[in-house]
Amino acid sequence: MGEIILSLKNIKKRFGETEVLKGISLDVEQGEFITLLGSSGCGKTTTLRIIAGLEEPDQGQVILEGRDVTKLEPHKRNVNTVFQSYALFPHMDVASNVAYGLKIRKVPKTEQKKKVEDVLNLVQLGEYGKRYPSELSGGQRQRVAIARAIVNNPRVLLLDEPLGALDLQLRRQMQIELKRLQKRLGITFIYITHDQEEAINMSDRIVVMNQGIFEQMGTPDEVYNHPLTSYVARFVGSANIFHRDGKAYAIRSEHVLFSKEETYPYRGVVKEKSFAGGQLRVLMQLPDGQEITASRHGIDAQVAEGDTVCLGWEPDHAVPVRE
Amino acid sequence: MKNKTKLPGIFLGIVLVVMYLPILMVVLYSFNEGKLIASWKGFSLDWYVQLFQDEEIWEAVKNSLILGLLSCFSAAIMGTLGAVGMARVKWRTKGAVEYISTIPIMIPEIILGMVFLTFFHLLNLPNGMVTLVIAHTAFCIPYIYMMVKARLVGMDKALEEAAQDLGATPVRTFFDITLPLILPAVASGCLLAFAMSWDDVIISIFVTGPRVTTLPIKIYTQMKTGVTPEINALCTVMLGVTVLVLTLSGFIQKRFQKKQL
Repeated sequence: MGEIILSLKNIKKRFGETEVLKGISLDVEQGEFITLLGSSGCGKTTTLRIIAGLEEPDQGQVILEGRDVTKLEPHKRNVNTVFQSYALFPHMDVASNVAYGLKIRKVPKTEQKKKVEDVLNLVQLGEYGKRYPSELSGGQRQRVAIARAIVNNPRVLLLDEPLGALDLQLRRQMQIELKRLQKRLGITFIYITHDQEEAINMSDRIVVMNQGIFEQMGTPDEVYNHPLTSYVARFVGSANIFHRDGKAYAIRSEHVLFSKEETYPYRGVVKEKSFAGGQLRVLMQLPDGQEITASRHGIDAQVAEGDTVCLGWEPDHAVPVRE
Repeated sequence: MKNKTKLPGIFLGIVLVVMYLPILMVVLYSFNEGKLIASWKGFSLDWYVQLFQDEEIWEAVKNSLILGLLSCFSAAIMGTLGAVGMARVKWRTKGAVEYISTIPIMIPEIILGMVFLTFFHLLNLPNGMVTLVIAHTAFCIPYIYMMVKARLVGMDKALEEAAQDLGATPVRTFFDITLPLILPAVASGCLLAFAMSWDDVIISIFVTGPRVTTLPIKIYTQMKTGVTPEINALCTVMLGVTVLVLTLSGFIQKRFQKKQL
């Protein structure tokens, strides 16, 4: 266990009638890459804004490096944020954008210049110092936003869906680059996304959020292979939730076996076949109305819509979960 | 589908005839050598020479400029701070407050003039430049307020948050980020307000004193003795200034929009 750099203690926050955060707690270790994963409106951005000081919680504490910063204004906190919209200052060129935090902390001019140069080289934008944000592509703006934050050497870097506006290819590339950058700098990253692939690829630890609570915290392996709740199983593993004898089990679609000939414990009717992302998905309905999806690589499958099939799974692959 | 309506042409024709033809006449006759409006006697710049030698006119120009600049300046500060402040609060009565702040544009000027006259009289404030500046500031504020507000609505709130996140105090954020970004809106609001102040006659007549004459008032009072070519020349000059100011205002806005993300 490393040193705890940031703690959230029972944070609650409501906006008007809606309770956005219902008492969340979290300990983040120094140098950790931690991802808050959840669909929109689950409270992940609010959590980030509370850490940054842009919102004040109604209840609970934010402890940064052993100090209670709950009521501290954002400009006095040693955390920096990469905003979803990047929030680059349109009237300043790239170098001035990046130097802004240093300028405010009155870092000597020559040192500022050196640091800005270094960090721009680090994000592969060495040549772009004199450009304005409006003259950059989405991916380049994204890098500037990261450079502007990390140049201040924050203890914790907060990233609010930083890759959300990029296309898929660029996003994959930036995922790798970000992860590499994080390892190299050793800065603690708190990363927000609604993309479970992104979370699994990059994180040391994933926090799955749903409706203002933390459903599960753990390594990518834990949340993917051992979901504790049906929400986590569905959201992270796109798993089927199978009910039997008043209990719920999560079964990932690639683990569902089905066949017309062989004997498996359940019978079902094929309702739908679809092909997406290199995967064939077969939706089957059980006599009691429950639906189970199976997935296979490739397009080969010997069943057609309307066929009655046998289906089942290895006992190990049915993970008991809470509703 | 082909659009065969003749409406745009008709509209343009009406605008040209009722609006621009009279203007053209005034401009044309300001270069007329003869004294009568009705007949063209040949090209001459005599009326402009006479106009620029008229000390009363220069006095009026000076007053109008001072009035316009002073009221623009104070309206710019109040309108800007008002718009920035209102953008930050989440009052339930916000809509009402905004309505109240912009309604002076809709109130008939004759009523505003009356109201100011009564108000200054109650305050025992002698009519003159001071009352003029107060009244003009009051009706200039909405123009700047609306311009700046429109700009703030289009501005990413995260920009100010990013500055604070990078260590800037709220005051520093205002001067480093907010102000530079709304400055073009303030400037074009100022020019618009100046154009309004520059040609205002109704409110001014109510609140001005006997010794202070602005340019539009000067024109109005001279008209009582008949339309002279000198007045035509003066109108042409005023028209020129107004068009210049408004074009500049539009230009600032356009250029600024291009620079945005």
